[in-house]
Amino acid sequence: MDQPTPKHNPSARQPIAHDSAHKHVTGTARYGDDIPEPRGLLHTYAFPAERTHARVSRLDLSAVRAAPGVAAVVSAADLAATTNDIGPVFPGDQVFADGEVLFYGQPLFAVAAESIAAARRAAGRAIVEYVDLPAILTTDAAIDAEAFVVPSKTWGQGDPDRALASAPHRLSGRTTVGGQEHFYLEGQVALAVPGEDGDLLVHSSTQHPSEVQRAIAHVLGRADHAVTVENRRMGGGFGGKETQGAWFAVIAAWLAAATGRPVKYRLDRDDDMTMTGKRHPFVIDYDVGFDADGRIVALDVIQAADCGYAPDLSHSIADRAMYHADNAYYLGDVRVTSHRCRTHKVSNTAFRGFGGPQGMIGIEEIIEQIARATGLDPLTVRRRNYYGTENRNRTPYGMTVDDNILDPLTDELLASVDYARRRAAIADDNAANAVLKKGLAFTPVKFGISFTSKFLNQAGALVLVYLDGSVQLNHGGTEMGQGLHTKVAQVVAEVFGLDFERVRITATNTGKVPNTSPTAASSGSDLNGAAAYNAARKIVDRLLPVIRDHFDVPSEDAIRFGENAVHAGPRRLGSFADIVQIAHRARVQLSAAGFYATPKIEVDALGRGRPFFYFAYGVACSEVVIDTLTGEHRMTRVDILHDVGKSLNPAIDMGQIEGGFIQGVGWLTTEENVWDASGKLLTHAPSTYKIPVASDVCARFTARIYERGENVEDAVYRSKAVGEPPFMLSLSVLHALKDALAAIDGYRSAAPLNAPATPEAVLAAADAMAERAARRSISALPEPAE
Amino acid sequence: MRHTLRFLLGDTLQELTGVDPTQTVLAWLRANGHTGTKEGCAEGDCGACTVVIGRADADGAMVYRALNACIMFVGMLDGAQLLTVAHLAAADGTLHPVQQALVDHHGSQCGFCTPGFVMSLYSFYRSGQTPTRAGVSDAIAGNLCRCTGYRPIVDAALCMHDYPVVDAGDTAAIAARLRALDDGEPMDVGDGDRRFIAPRDLAGVQQALARHPTARLVAGGTDVGLWVTKQHRDLAVLIHLSRVSELQGIATSPTTLIIGGATTHATALSGLAALHADIGELFRRFGSCLIRNASTVGGNIANGSPIGDSMPVLIALGAEVELAGPVDRRRVVLEALYRDYQEQARASNELVARIVVPRLSANQRFGCYKLSKRFDQDISAVCAAFRITLDAGRVIEARLAFGGMAAIPIRARRAEAALVGQAWNEASVAAARDALAEELSPISDMRASASYRQRAAAQLLHRFWVETTTPETSTRVLAAEPV
Repeated sequence: MDQPTPKHNPSARQPIAHDSAHKHVTGTARYGDDIPEPRGLLHTYAFPAERTHARVSRLDLSAVRAAPGVAAVVSAADLAATTNDIGPVFPGDQVFADGEVLFYGQPLFAVAAESIAAARRAAGRAIVEYVDLPAILTTDAAIDAEAFVVPSKTWGQGDPDRALASAPHRLSGRTTVGGQEHFYLEGQVALAVPGEDGDLLVHSSTQHPSEVQRAIAHVLGRADHAVTVENRRMGGGFGGKETQGAWFAVIAAWLAAATGRPVKYRLDRDDDMTMTGKRHPFVIDYDVGFDADGRIVALDVIQAADCGYAPDLSHSIADRAMYHADNAYYLGDVRVTSHRCRTHKVSNTAFRGFGGPQGMIGIEEIIEQIARATGLDPLTVRRRNYYGTENRNRTPYGMTVDDNILDPLTDELLASVDYARRRAAIADDNAANAVLKKGLAFTPVKFGISFTSKFLNQAGALVLVYLDGSVQLNHGGTEMGQGLHTKVAQVVAEVFGLDFERVRITATNTGKVPNTSPTAASSGSDLNGAAAYNAARKIVDRLLPVIRDHFDVPSEDAIRFGENAVHAGPRRLGSFADIVQIAHRARVQLSAAGFYATPKIEVDALGRGRPFFYFAYGVACSEVVIDTLTGEHRMTRVDILHDVGKSLNPAIDMGQIEGGFIQGVGWLTTEENVWDASGKLLTHAPSTYKIPVASDVCARFTARIYERGENVEDAVYRSKAVGEPPFMLSLSVLHALKDALAAIDGYRSAAPLNAPATPEAVLAAADAMAERAARRSISALPEPAE
Repeated sequence: MRHTLRFLLGDTLQELTGVDPTQTVLAWLRANGHTGTKEGCAEGDCGACTVVIGRADADGAMVYRALNACIMFVGMLDGAQLLTVAHLAAADGTLHPVQQALVDHHGSQCGFCTPGFVMSLYSFYRSGQTPTRAGVSDAIAGNLCRCTGYRPIVDAALCMHDYPVVDAGDTAAIAARLRALDDGEPMDVGDGDRRFIAPRDLAGVQQALARHPTARLVAGGTDVGLWVTKQHRDLAVLIHLSRVSELQGIATSPTTLIIGGATTHATALSGLAALHADIGELFRRFGSCLIRNASTVGGNIANGSPIGDSMPVLIALGAEVELAGPVDRRRVVLEALYRDYQEQARASNELVARIVVPRLSANQRFGCYKLSKRFDQDISAVCAAFRITLDAGRVIEARLAFGGMAAIPIRARRAEAALVGQAWNEASVAAARDALAEELSPISDMRASASYRQRAAAQLLHRFWVETTTPETSTRVLAAEPV
């Protein structure tokens, strides 16, 4: 792409506020449920099955259809002529249960009625009978039953079996991590409005409008061109609206098509949390060989992902967990195995990090184990295992790490956090206090940037320049709060030398940019920013000869766009609007479609090779305190240094760093999905599912952007993707908790703590550590005399 | 009896008849096009629906409180001013300092929670308190943000007073208009048999109950609201207690604190906090600021949930409740109110009129603790409150009260017996711990397992002993500083 470094009137690089900030604080930003309701609107309620795995022996909807206010009812039987399947890649994800319930809360049918209350009351009249079937609720049970949503996969390098056998030290174990509810503040919503000729306009809270369009077309048996999907903004996505939004849009669209009336489907919070997929829980078994210096020489790791009842995106998510089984560490002879387990739960889905966090949690636990086994500081073990720059730099999937900045990042953060002194002070505090124990941990992140499905690494944009010099921008990315529209508009403003305000951002719409990829994988700015750059650049390239001829400028190279005007050397030729009008009179096209495809990425059928354009890096150092009587804990200090390349917008990037980190802390501490023995989710509302609140963030919480950062690859203005990588910096908090627990046993063993580290989990681990310490002191006593 | 509901939306008078008794303020706002106020959870736990309610106090000054519109019934607005996110910017579009600070500090990302944060902080701004990190965090404990990690929101709040003051409008005129609306009349609005009745005195409550024996009494609505929004229960008649004058306010004496049954936790907080620092902290963690602005002390007691946090504290303190029936009033010790799960020694027409709370004496030691997955705005897995009375180092009375450990809020009588007459030392505490294990019968649920509850309950008694005997030992993670 080879853009010049921005220097004139640099819109790119500025900490411009989110383009909707003013509307957010005044309540005028419109979300799906805020769109003025069209006349004749119907409301939807879907009836959830109250079984985890069962055959539906009877489903009688006659009383539902006859209920007051009901306009239409739809179940799997109604979709038989087209399809009940909305699996995004592999079949399996269903609109409605079809004779067999596959998870608790799976909808059996949906009702469109004059009000949501009428729809709900009508649904209650259904006669449903079930015959229970045995349910699989754990990955172990799934592996025993060989129940997988897609086949298992293995890759690696060297001979891990032989290397393990000959390793100086070896240990094995298991760690587990729970799933995570997205808890986007805006629940899933779709509004389908029928038009002429069987057309439908669907407002959908989706990160992937093109996929929603295709899903609706498939289920309705219509051509893609009959369906337009639009989204101006979401109230949060985090991956939860990458595939899941299609489900509700499809139901609303079907009911709209059946009735000829507009139909809204907004899930209430409990239905949303009960029905939609979450982050995949993982079980990770490992067998690691290492030397006396704590260096890993061999590793055999098996990741079991709880995918729920259907594939959704689980194959790619499990792949990304494999790609991040190394995190920042060279693993020597290694084998990574991944099982994609089918269980009778919701179909788990994308969530910020997309398997990467689960992959990393395994290797960080292994590092913790090695540190306690060798008596080394975990930070020492981490640094000794960092990828090298010249050698020890090949990943298990065959990609060479050639943009490694782990050491400079680590050095810079360590210089500011006073690690050694605090480490000593914590040891003293812990020795002096029998109740409270403090912990400290420093963890790195190396995260691969690109969709691992190569074809998704493409984007389109549409840039329209009007005769007054104002610009309208459209691109394939969606706005879910991450500031994508702001960043992409900054790129366009930069190319035209305009003030940011001259570029109007418009709703994402499949009628403007077709066949788009989801806004996911942190790639939004990289892909859409580059596509918009390409579109704007095309227009500039058309303007240049016109300007040259009109103003008799000797060379196009002398022409500069900046300060809302066009210049030739010191000479101001005219405002941007003036130039645009000159071009218009010269019959030059003032709109352009832009396109971008990420270069360099190439993988084999298994996924080995170069899946990533580049890596994003970060480091974090966290301190915590735990109460060994109750397991209560909190973080007391956090320092973060994160690499965003050359930032397009430092304020927005900082928001991603801090927000991602805290969301990760929630995943690892307070956020716990709990099911009852039958497989029914008990935590389906914020009263029982606890995401962080303001007081959970410690006062000493300092995040910084790595000032020397610069993408070695030619990403848009040398920036780096930032949406997901900081999420995983939260592992520093989990490991600080493990460090505090290790203090109970004199730092001689690793604490048996899995995530989420609720007070209950921490207390159980503290009790186990106290027991170990007690056994040591007993065994240290002299044998009693006979 | 008035049959019209009257309130101000911003500065516009609303006069409603035919209001459904269970329509929420949020539903009413959104149905009337005020979509800046959002629904995030419909259970008072996310704060996206936060609005500010202004009322004129006895001195004629306006008092503003932030509440959850999603679980507040429209009838509760009678005589109040309702402010939403749409009412803060000046007529010329100038943002309120709260709004401008949030923009300048990048305090919004997706923006869906933002109207709620704006209103919570607006209420805080109008309270005149100096923003501190702790004060701000408490003010927004009922507002969830999934995007920002809160740092920019807190930073915005810390400097919102640095912005030029915007014209708050003529609040004296608003107060005068509200006083003019307050005719002292009871209100009875609704549609046919579906009624929202707001008596102004206890006699009026009894009359309403006599007419509608199956009516549901409601004060703050922080539980009854969820019956409607979550359980979709059909409640035909609601009798609102918050405007009953005899049920309002707190009174103090050297030996007691007396709390009117419909006094909100927010109003009662300072009186409760004066009893003991732990009580202040526990009630600060009760619900959230948004909940405490609605929830009432008597409502929590009358609801009688085994996981309500008021009861263990009040039971340990030896509180009594005064029940007001159609004819008589009577007093019962609080623990005697609870017989079994959702079964009380209280007739359906007896109200919790007052709570009489004895103060601690010099020879008493007190501690109370709340264990939950999250510190703020979370329901307890275990709530414990302990009061022991010492004489020459021996325990002469013990009151050990627990929530979350049985089907009702209970006293651990066997553990108490194990302590009474003993020295307050590790051995007697160990004996009491053993007794606890025998008499407590917690369940496993989404908040904690039975075994955690059992162990933590005993550990809390141990913590109480550590804190009362070696106060120099740090035992609270919330107080711990980084090194």
